[in-house]
Amino acid sequence: MTFVKKPEIHHPLLTVNEIGLKRRDYEGLVSTLCAGCGHDSVSAAIIQACSELSLPPHRFAKLSGIGCSSKTPSYFLGNSHGFNSVHGRMPSVATGANIANRDLIYIGVSGDGDSASIGLGQFAHAVRRKINMLYIVDNNGTYGLTKGQFSATNDRGSTSKRGVPNLYSAIDLVGMALQIGASFVARSFSGDKTQLVPLIKAALLHNGFSFIDIISPCVMFNNHDGSTKSYGHVRDKSAPIVDADFVASHEEIEVDYAPGSTEVIDMPDGSRLRLRKLDDSYNPRSRVDALAYAQRALDEGDVVTGLLYVEDDPADLHEVLETPDAPLSTLTESDLCPGSETLASINASFR
Amino acid sequence: MKATNIYDPNYFHKVVDCQWACPAHTPVPEYIRLIAQERYTEAYMVNWESNVFPGILGRTCDRPCEPACRRVRTEEKPVAICRLKRVAADFKGDISSYLPHVPKQKNGKRIALLGAGPASLAVARDLLPLGYEIDMFDRDPGGGGMMRSQIPAFRLPADVLEEEVDLIVNMGINAHYDYEITSMKNMLDMDYDAYFVGTGAPRGRDLDLPGRREVSEHISIGIDWLSSVAFGHTTEISGKVIVMGGGNTAMDCCRTSKRLGAETVTVVVRSGFQVMKASEWEKEDAQAEGIPILNNRPPKEFVHDNGTLKGIVFERVKPVEENGRLKYIPTGEDDVYMEADHVLMAIGQENHCPWIERDLGIEFDKWDCPILDEDTLQSTHPKIFFGGDSAFGPENIIWASAHAHKAAISIHLHCQGKDPKKDRPPEGINLISQKMGIHEWSYDAEHDPSKRYIVPHANLRRSLDNIKVEVELGFDEDLGYQETQRCLNCDVQTVFTENLCIECDACVDICPMDCITFTSNQDEEELRSSLMIPAENPEQDLYVSEDLPTGRVMVKDEDLCLHCGLCAERCPTNAWDMQKSIVHNPQIGTFAE
Repeated sequence: MTFVKKPEIHHPLLTVNEIGLKRRDYEGLVSTLCAGCGHDSVSAAIIQACSELSLPPHRFAKLSGIGCSSKTPSYFLGNSHGFNSVHGRMPSVATGANIANRDLIYIGVSGDGDSASIGLGQFAHAVRRKINMLYIVDNNGTYGLTKGQFSATNDRGSTSKRGVPNLYSAIDLVGMALQIGASFVARSFSGDKTQLVPLIKAALLHNGFSFIDIISPCVMFNNHDGSTKSYGHVRDKSAPIVDADFVASHEEIEVDYAPGSTEVIDMPDGSRLRLRKLDDSYNPRSRVDALAYAQRALDEGDVVTGLLYVEDDPADLHEVLETPDAPLSTLTESDLCPGSETLASINASFR
Repeated sequence: MKATNIYDPNYFHKVVDCQWACPAHTPVPEYIRLIAQERYTEAYMVNWESNVFPGILGRTCDRPCEPACRRVRTEEKPVAICRLKRVAADFKGDISSYLPHVPKQKNGKRIALLGAGPASLAVARDLLPLGYEIDMFDRDPGGGGMMRSQIPAFRLPADVLEEEVDLIVNMGINAHYDYEITSMKNMLDMDYDAYFVGTGAPRGRDLDLPGRREVSEHISIGIDWLSSVAFGHTTEISGKVIVMGGGNTAMDCCRTSKRLGAETVTVVVRSGFQVMKASEWEKEDAQAEGIPILNNRPPKEFVHDNGTLKGIVFERVKPVEENGRLKYIPTGEDDVYMEADHVLMAIGQENHCPWIERDLGIEFDKWDCPILDEDTLQSTHPKIFFGGDSAFGPENIIWASAHAHKAAISIHLHCQGKDPKKDRPPEGINLISQKMGIHEWSYDAEHDPSKRYIVPHANLRRSLDNIKVEVELGFDEDLGYQETQRCLNCDVQTVFTENLCIECDACVDICPMDCITFTSNQDEEELRSSLMIPAENPEQDLYVSEDLPTGRVMVKDEDLCLHCGLCAERCPTNAWDMQKSIVHNPQIGTFAE
């Protein structure tokens, strides 16, 4: 909690983006989360990514369920649409909203409780339906809002604040998303905006289901020695594999990298994603590679971060269902009910 | 960059821009907070301790603090620091219980103060509580020096002046007024233990132009004329008056003329308007009273008819920048002739000590200024110290207070047989946490976006009719309170403790001014350009931490920090704390024996 109001004044040199807005214009209310919560850094990264992409705040829909993570949409993009849904049911609401209006940009923020426990089924189906959205999990391995019980993503053997080890194995949401068919899968760390911001930018422009699992430490209940989701542990064990640099359409890509270590992916708006592989043999376009690599790292206790998998030519639910280009919400009665003559001709075609 | 040593007394002192800019280092934010709490008496005493004349300075100070105010950089207009000082003086209660005790039993050392201006008075105030016996000599019939003789009553009412002058005189000075000092040798023969020369810069400059000698009856030197007005010898001026000069004396001369019955008053300045020496607000006030200021016109000749002044011929020039310096060249237009019946010459003044014999061991430089040690203000004669305008030429009252504190320490050390240079007490700083509990701070951290409040003025016609009507009315308590809320509390410092930081970025994310960056260390130039927002003001320091566990350092650009405390508020480990810096500027009494 913070009781001091954040002053509206900003640095005189704060720049304005292509649509005339400053980064500060993408902020929301002042966070009521605990001081030092990783989730606030994730919100700050979203703010930075959206303002750097010059996206209009009023074209966003922010969706969330229940939990610390799910409070955060209040703290970014203050001038956009939002829906704070039932625990674990954010994917359903996102699916419905996205079906109705494909023109909005969807950001779902969930947590490890919201997505890996009560909403695990919902999560899986949002992935397989290829909802065009950015699905973020603020993953801290603990139920912070109910005072620090182990969550389903807490690693086996990782200890509670009082030293009691977790007995159960963890659900790896990255592995699930890869396996079920997400077309953009990444893992990052709330304490590393250099990595996180370009990932959010690329994910926002990706035309399909983008999933970012963000390790976001809980300073109150899961930031001690013995935790595998603490600032210290993640920094020690972080093993970046593919760094993604977002290159806007008007920028030139420099070619000063060894061949084979850089790959470029074209984005729908003309911008490009430059992937810098930290291991030449890794192929971020191969789901099998990604799955194997992620699993191996998990077994070795490393926290693999970066863009693990991306499809060059993804499809979303609207393409699968062949819906019209215009959002369904804009269709009028005459579009939906073409008249008795058309009905008669359709009926006639079945005779 | 090397990690910042925040225990260097100057580091955080410099962050308090107003205090750093004030020659007497008045703790400005501290007294502004006291005013906000309606503790006017305490606010007054904080001022009195460091600048000695809060009521006088609250009306007349040249305000070096205000252009330095952080608010100029974050928004536009500085906090009205000077006018708040006046609020403290106007609304204070009885201060007697706060005053230092002057012992009846003297310490046996006798000090002579030459001149009864602000510098001498301030030296006396510092030395009297230590038991010195003090004799003060001045040619005028009362104390106060130029504060009495040169500042007109419509800017500084007599009762305000007298209250603060008398307070010190009544602490036990033996004052010898109407005493023309004619010989330093005679003074030395009186065998005081130390002498302080605070005789100011009493000689106004003159201009030797064609016709000058013939019309001398119609020409007055500005400061002499103001002084004769102040002591009631001159009560009127008639006809067309031209004031030559662009400093504060010129502004006082023209406004005084207007009040004493001049038909027309015009200020003519040889330089451009922007570079005039007068304070911005003095120029504004003169113009608001309907006095035209004509610029870029150096005088050429006095035109007269058998010794009766008719007018002045002025050249027309324009400024040209040459090698970074302004030079004025003729425009080629015709000269301007302006009618005048009386001319007031306010083109500068200088210190002038013809009464100091040059064989006493007091050396003077080629500009006829005494050669002094800048730290001790001791002359080449070990018993003789200088301060105020007589030390380094004309400055403002606040400099006199600053010199006095230095000189008083030197005199004390000298009289105690110590070395005024080597044995000086050191500067120091204390840092005290302002955290009172969870989300509780002992200062009002909230940023108030209000614009600078304007000080009300007296009715123009009424003030032009009577020279004793003070033009500025000062803030009332409500306006004063509102203005205090604009202060950013720059003395409540952001103090960073490396080994507590977990690098969670909370401070970076919340900082409204993007002052904080965690990055790899580089040299200063590179660091300045690689911050969240580049640090483009080289006069403001970067606060750099020791290496953090990730190998990065915390870098904070001090330039635009609002001291809102949000970094400390959002810090989960108290790596950031808001701590009040209390600067210990050596002043006598702080190390009383």
